Amino acid sequence: MSVVRIPPTLRDDTRGAREVTAEGDTVRDLLDDLTSRFPTLEGKLEFANVYVEGEDVRTLDGLDTSVADDSTVILLPAMAGGC
Amino acid sequence: MAGYRELLQRVKAEIDEIDAQTARELLDTAEPPLLVDVRRRDEWDEGHIPGAIHIPRGSLESRIEKAVPERERPVVLYCSVGERSAFAARTLGELGYEDVTSLAGGFTDWKRNGFATQVDKALDRERRTRYSRHLLIPEVGEEGQLKLLESRVLLVGAGGLGSPASLYLAAAGVGRLGIVDADVVDESNLQRQVVHRTGDLGTPKVDSARAAIEALNPDVDVVTFRERLTSENADKILGHGWDAIVDGADNFPTRYLVNDASVWHDVPVVHGSIYRFEGQVTVFKPGAGPCYRCLFPQPPPPELAPSCAEGGVLGVLPGVIGSLQANETLKLLLGIGEPLVGRLLLFDALTTTFDEMTLRRNPSCPVCGEDPTITEYVDYVEFCAGVHA
Repeated sequence: MSVVRIPPTLRDDTRGAREVTAEGDTVRDLLDDLTSRFPTLEGKLEFANVYVEGEDVRTLDGLDTSVADDSTVILLPAMAGGC
Repeated sequence: MAGYRELLQRVKAEIDEIDAQTARELLDTAEPPLLVDVRRRDEWDEGHIPGAIHIPRGSLESRIEKAVPERERPVVLYCSVGERSAFAARTLGELGYEDVTSLAGGFTDWKRNGFATQVDKALDRERRTRYSRHLLIPEVGEEGQLKLLESRVLLVGAGGLGSPASLYLAAAGVGRLGIVDADVVDESNLQRQVVHRTGDLGTPKVDSARAAIEALNPDVDVVTFRERLTSENADKILGHGWDAIVDGADNFPTRYLVNDASVWHDVPVVHGSIYRFEGQVTVFKPGAGPCYRCLFPQPPPPELAPSCAEGGVLGVLPGVIGSLQANETLKLLLGIGEPLVGRLLLFDALTTTFDEMTLRRNPSCPVCGEDPTITEYVDYVEFCAGVHA
């Protein structure tokens, strides 16, 4: 079980939750679990960078990056605002 | 009781003096004596003998031991005409210095002989007072402050992030601030854009920001660009020799344009972005770390990236993030500390937590990668819209 940080732009899809727990041994499994429980996330997660314990999974094994139990996973989308 | 002249004569009889010619010859030897200027700060600033150190006579006793720990080291003292240095020589003798001489005729005689003098770049008295809290920090000091006064920073956007960033950079004495913004001040801006005032409503933001900055610190030369940054004007605006860019833009096309231009012009970008309660800060330094495209190769579709105008923003959030941007900028200008290169700071105002993420260069980045495929400006509006078509 890992804790996934939901960015403010996707919290409408997680009923306002800032953090949710998700199951999965890899980032792919984790995100699938998330989408199965919050179906409106479908198609939106690919626009966020994924960090496992502060490391960008693109510099690890991408969606196959393994996720240890109790890891903190942060979803980070680009934000345009400087306003 | 002895008068001044009598006292001076008596002191001069007790100490050793050398003339300017002899002093110059000594200074040219392989092991020159240490030359100490004991005049006031303002006299030193107007010119001094090259190679001298400055310890005003008033603090000579307390500071000489740190400057010259070895009592046997030869020391030559000078002032303007050789009187204050005579008294100073006697004092050093009392402190146990074994080889102390006073320059007869002082700096005046030195100049009369046509010998070299030097004027240091220095802060005047007013600036030494204004920036005194910087001067007290060893990592900044007078040298650092002079560096800031000669620095040039471009702010893209005079909105939420540009407001605190420009005010703090101006207060810090950054010598030139460029501001790019096409908008006018709107009532809904005033909840967070602290560089603008209620009385500025309807005024171009570059003008009200300029007025606020000039009122805060007349040392700052403000250069305004009342236009949007575009592919057409980017080279012109970036061609002013900026040392850093503070990116406080409010849209993706400008973010990507700032990135590409900064890579090609080799200028670091201090990035900040905000939404509701969350902010991101990082530094994109060409060659040293990733660029914006390494981090976000493509922008999200508009429905997934609402702006503050659509989703709102806590008024103080840009204050926090813009101040962090100012902090990173000052570090870059001063060359101190560890800037956020290759690191992204994520701030959550609701939980008051910072998370840090590691950012790495993408070797196949189309702009800063090993084999770039984008080498000139593209249509950024189309790029940001077209990806998801």
